[in-house]
Amino acid sequence: MTDTEFLLWVRGPAFEIATIIFTLGVVLRILEIVFLGRKANLAEARGSATAGGIRTIITRSVPESGTFKRSTFVIVAGYLFHIGLFVTIFLFAPHILTFESVLGFSWPALPTAIVDATAVVTVITLLVVLIHRMQDPVMRFLSGFQDYLVWLVTFLPLVTGYIAFHRVGPAPQMLIAIHILSVEALMVLFPFTKLMHAFTLFMSRWYNGAISGYRGVNS
Amino acid sequence: MKKDQTLGEVLRSRKISRRGFLKFCAATASLMALPPSMIPAIARALENARRPSVIWLSFQECTGCTESLTRSHAPTVEGLIFESISLDYHHTLQAASGEAAEAAREAAMQENWGEYLLVVDGSIPAGGAGFSTIAGISNMDMLLETAAGAAAIIAVGSCAAFGGIPAAKPNPTGALSVAELLQGYADQLPDTVNATASELKSKPIINVPGCPPIPVVITGVLTHFLTFGTIPELDALSRPKVFYGNSIHDRCYRRPFYDRGQFAETFDDEGAKKGWCLYKLGCKGPTTFNACATAKWNDGTSFPIESGHPCLGCSEPDFWDAGGFYKALSTPTEDISRAAVYAVAAGAAAGVALGAANRAKKSKAAKNHQKVSIDDLEK
Amino acid sequence: MTHSFNIETDAGLTHNVQPLMHEIRHAVQALLDTGETTVIDLRSLPLAPGELEVIEATLGRGEVNAVLEAMGPSEISETVFPGVWLVRHFNADKQVMGVFVEITRMPSLLLSQNEDIADGLRQLDEKLETMF
Repeated sequence: MTDTEFLLWVRGPAFEIATIIFTLGVVLRILEIVFLGRKANLAEARGSATAGGIRTIITRSVPESGTFKRSTFVIVAGYLFHIGLFVTIFLFAPHILTFESVLGFSWPALPTAIVDATAVVTVITLLVVLIHRMQDPVMRFLSGFQDYLVWLVTFLPLVTGYIAFHRVGPAPQMLIAIHILSVEALMVLFPFTKLMHAFTLFMSRWYNGAISGYRGVNS
Repeated sequence: MKKDQTLGEVLRSRKISRRGFLKFCAATASLMALPPSMIPAIARALENARRPSVIWLSFQECTGCTESLTRSHAPTVEGLIFESISLDYHHTLQAASGEAAEAAREAAMQENWGEYLLVVDGSIPAGGAGFSTIAGISNMDMLLETAAGAAAIIAVGSCAAFGGIPAAKPNPTGALSVAELLQGYADQLPDTVNATASELKSKPIINVPGCPPIPVVITGVLTHFLTFGTIPELDALSRPKVFYGNSIHDRCYRRPFYDRGQFAETFDDEGAKKGWCLYKLGCKGPTTFNACATAKWNDGTSFPIESGHPCLGCSEPDFWDAGGFYKALSTPTEDISRAAVYAVAAGAAAGVALGAANRAKKSKAAKNHQKVSIDDLEK
Repeated sequence: MTHSFNIETDAGLTHNVQPLMHEIRHAVQALLDTGETTVIDLRSLPLAPGELEVIEATLGRGEVNAVLEAMGPSEISETVFPGVWLVRHFNADKQVMGVFVEITRMPSLLLSQNEDIADGLRQLDEKLETMF
């Protein structure tokens, strides 16, 4: 297979398959969770579950001060690479074109230089986070195969994207193809791994808030 | 002009001084993208170079490559190079036709067996001999016969180099590039071919793709052969590295705009007028290797990007099937939204079904007073 | 060559001029120190539209301007910087065939060539024979 044929396959059928698996998988899992249902709370409602749910989704975006003091490093690093991922994935002009071709609408991009710098920060942060996971005894004990796999499929698109953008040199078609392929790997693994937290986090924040809100307390 | 005159003799017979010859060598060095320090070596080589016989075969082509090459009227460098080869067979440029032309080709082949240059433009239909014939000879047979005695083969244009537009989906004629044909059909040689399969398969092929190739690139390759008698250094797709070693993107004067993220969104917006990067309009510059950004077209006037049109990637294989000239490299080539919508629907259906099945399982367990075990929690 | 259609070139897009001037400066120093000559092919650089004009304007015209007529005209001029020569080759159709910057005491093309001198000697002999 020539470089061109590989790139076309990656941009064509492979992307289609990855999108199908990703979309189908995510929708399936979310609905499965929703249909699990909750045990009915037979007590009388003291407050609004809905208000509590919505409120908690927003307030849990800021860490609680006690947790922050105890785990400053993990929380700051987490924020850094999550925001970094958001910027590099959603605010980079060529990526916005990709989303536009699937969704039909687009949004403004950030200057490429800013995205470039953010990518560097994100890559460094991800490496630091990995080292922490491997060195901290508790983290090491808790970490399984899936944790490292998920880290890898998140890391690879960033690094391959950076290389494709800057060193579009001797084999640019291959560099771009590998980058897109790494994203497809991420998409395919997404519904089957902890990466689902990107969607389920809203559901768990909601449930916590709703339960407390029903009881008339803050969560 | 006698065939066994050296180029030096040709120039002197036209009353061109040594100074004029040195000027010619300087322009030739520039043309071949060789450093000026090589001018003395070029002068020495050209002085003594003999005029090689060149047979030009045109198959499934549009004649654009010949048009590109013959854009000179006065004694320009390209013109002189053209005259310093002995073009013994060329459909468009030769005076003879019919049997006389074919006889001329065969005579040239006999006289220069093993030493002539074979230039091919156009792809070869392998799907049926009747798709393209010349004087009753199928393209495939003619190529195999003529390649047998060639010193080297230059596949000019994307059709000869990679299959070209005739090979675009669904490739109704089974169009093949020169390299594909020689590799694939050397084992089925007709009796008229005077070479073995392995000899044909190992013929040196230089691909000079482009739709059409830049004229200076075509003459640059011919000049290299004329000057040094060897094939220039080739890349993985058999293209001369000197002309195809850099991507358009790496030499594009609009690169600062790409790096800064300033793109033209449409063909006539403010960004387009300011000459911003054409990535969003589908420019294939990052994945295309050619000399357009440096050598440019029409004697250095401009090239597509400079004129405001995104690069088509015409010197790359399959450029006509690469997902659309106006689709950016970061967009998928298929229509994904339809697949995504079906996936959402299928996921929803499966989710509801599985959810219902889970609930049924749960209520059955509750009815049977099944206790939750540690295994259930660990799942 | 000016571009009068709808593209306004960004004035800051002359990022080839400064490095080139540095390269020329380096070559001039070498010429002064060791007599080493340098030839730069301007057409090997990916110049933005209008950059060639900026370079030629920056180099300017000095005291010497020579025109060579061989297969079309060639202009060989010293720039405002002595030792830095701008050589432009044209064909008979006035199309540009090559643009070089030569850092040297005398561009090689201005020197009379041995082969031409030998030819000229033969012609001189013929002339002398017919005259006397």
